[in-house]
Amino acid sequence: MAERSAQRAWRLPLVVLLAVFLLVSPPFLSAYWVGLLTQVVILGILAMSLDLLIGYTGLPSLGHAGFFGVAAYGVGVLSTTYHAGFWASVAGGFLVGTGLAALFGLIVSHVRDVYFLMITMALGMVLWGLSFRWIPVTGGDNGISGIPRLEALVGLPASGPIPFYYVALAVFTMCAGLMTLLVKSPFGLTLQGIREHEPRMRSLGFNTWLHGYLSYVSAGAFASIAGIMWAYYNGFVSPTYLDLTASSELFLMVTLGGPATLVGPVIGAGAIVILKNVMSAYTARWLLILGIIYIVTILWAPQGLWNLGQRRSG
Amino acid sequence: MELRTTPVRLSAIVVLVLVCMGAFIAAQTDSQPPIKIGFMVPLSGGNAQNGRDILNGFMMYLDEIGYRAGGRRIDLIVEDDEAIPAVGLTKARKLIERDEVHVMAGALLSSTGYALAPYITSMKIPMVYPVVSADDLTQRRRSEWIVRTGWSGSQPNHAFGEYAYRTLGIRSVVTVALDYAFGWESVGGFERTFAAQGGRIRQKIWVPISVHDFAPYLAQIPRDVDAVYALLLGRSALQFMRQYQEFGLKGRVKLIGGGTTTDEHVLPFMGDEAIGTITALHYSAALDTPANKTFAETYRARYKKVPSYYSESMYTGGKWLIAAINAIDGRVEDRQALVKALKRVKPEGLPRGPVELDEYGNPIENVYIRRVDRVNGQLQNTVIDTFPRVSQFWTFAPADYLREPLYAR
Repeated sequence: MAERSAQRAWRLPLVVLLAVFLLVSPPFLSAYWVGLLTQVVILGILAMSLDLLIGYTGLPSLGHAGFFGVAAYGVGVLSTTYHAGFWASVAGGFLVGTGLAALFGLIVSHVRDVYFLMITMALGMVLWGLSFRWIPVTGGDNGISGIPRLEALVGLPASGPIPFYYVALAVFTMCAGLMTLLVKSPFGLTLQGIREHEPRMRSLGFNTWLHGYLSYVSAGAFASIAGIMWAYYNGFVSPTYLDLTASSELFLMVTLGGPATLVGPVIGAGAIVILKNVMSAYTARWLLILGIIYIVTILWAPQGLWNLGQRRSG
Repeated sequence: MELRTTPVRLSAIVVLVLVCMGAFIAAQTDSQPPIKIGFMVPLSGGNAQNGRDILNGFMMYLDEIGYRAGGRRIDLIVEDDEAIPAVGLTKARKLIERDEVHVMAGALLSSTGYALAPYITSMKIPMVYPVVSADDLTQRRRSEWIVRTGWSGSQPNHAFGEYAYRTLGIRSVVTVALDYAFGWESVGGFERTFAAQGGRIRQKIWVPISVHDFAPYLAQIPRDVDAVYALLLGRSALQFMRQYQEFGLKGRVKLIGGGTTTDEHVLPFMGDEAIGTITALHYSAALDTPANKTFAETYRARYKKVPSYYSESMYTGGKWLIAAINAIDGRVEDRQALVKALKRVKPEGLPRGPVELDEYGNPIENVYIRRVDRVNGQLQNTVIDTFPRVSQFWTFAPADYLREPLYAR
């Protein structure tokens, strides 16, 4: 145990440093960089929610962007087509995303491993197809644009990207706190037990199906929160936000950053957002660079960046 | 090492100093900072060729004016939107918030156009859409900051529906079109005027954008219709033409369609199977006017290929933008003045013919009925008829038109 905490000693100062950076830096950054940081914290929530599944429960989902997208569509449809108020749109988006997770959970939580991967991927494709073809509601390929800005809706004092950033950061902190509580709770420990050895957990009398199901639903709920934030940040939703590419990019964020750490996926999200935006401005081959980084990570930090220097557990 | 000032070295130093001074003087004469134009089109992926054509046309025009307008230098900043709306939005943020461009131009796909519009409006940056043809961008969901110098999807098809009935004598049609907004709006426009004349659309066949094989669709076409209306582009257009002949439909059922089906971005890759196809668009590389001849020849000499309507789009769009910048003497920092100038200017000598903007920000321009012919061994879109000054509302009153819903499946 002592050895283990020594290995982890570098982590705490880094977390503090990152937190201070996220809190203090925006007033000194240009609008463009504040925008990027906003993307990082929103996608950070999403990546952490997927970490609940991949890292803590051992369920590799390839359709997780679906809940994110569906919640964003919920906000988009309610606030543009039906001109619903802010709280009604938020509640609507959350209920649609979480409700869908509750429904899909019934289908997917019976299976494990590669079967889980395949089924979640298929369901993700169904959601994508729906967003693409249910034109009267989703606008098809054209998506939904013109989602009203958050500033106007809740009367934030100042306009510009910084107030929205702090709202996103507050939501991020809240979600991160809740997810940390979740994984540290007896429930979270049971999930990790299932990840390590499900038959043993079952023989100990745990209802592993129910645990898996609840883990899936809560991951969907947090993804919905990220989706709602994204809809307000972007002002626009289109099928590309919930297609397979989006889901696999999300998967990449978690595995790159380090599963079962919660902090790692946020770092993964940050790395991918920055690479995507900054590298792509200099070279059209940024995907190549991302690929190289991923390969290097697999070779030298197979457990992800945040698990660097830690021996493989389990 | 011994340092000696040899004549060669001395002259090299003199040249270097002169160049530096020259650059310094040149920089001094540019007392004002450059005008930054942000531009984006797909430059990778399946739509890269169309994007490249648009960029080529723009660069050709900027070269003609020496990258200067309103007494200021022009900096063109190009981004690749990968034909993904979300990426387009990210790139627009980069161009506007990081590079701080004064004006934007570009986008190819309607979906990207719709994604950008609210953001462009909220940032109050004037933007020129040279290609994006989604009807509603200048109809029910228009933005005062976006000026379209291209066309709206249904615009040439309104004219074409009437032409097909009256002049071509077609009474019944099956449509084969790509299953997305551009396809729906084109077919919708055609159907509206064609049906109003008394024509009948027997069947509408929608094919996915990623279509590889037209066999299942071609098999559905009844052989007793007067014509097949095809709206395709890129690879799908090539594939369709080949299979239309293989299915024995060519010569039995007349082939007509939207302009992109035989546009010059695919026409050089087609064979005799394309001959005789009649389509409608606001441009043809074979348009017989002095302005277009000069444009097409210069373009061909420069890029070693025939200009497509995409190439022409941003040549004209560029001309439009520069005319507006000149009209306000290069004071692009006054964005309100720039967007007003964009709506007011009327550049002359455009390859496609006279163009003016209506009050909704969409061009009123000629629609050409073109037939694919082989001339001097090469396929071309011969202009066989012209509808002058066609508005996006055709002959309908704009207010009535806008009360009706957008064309959909």
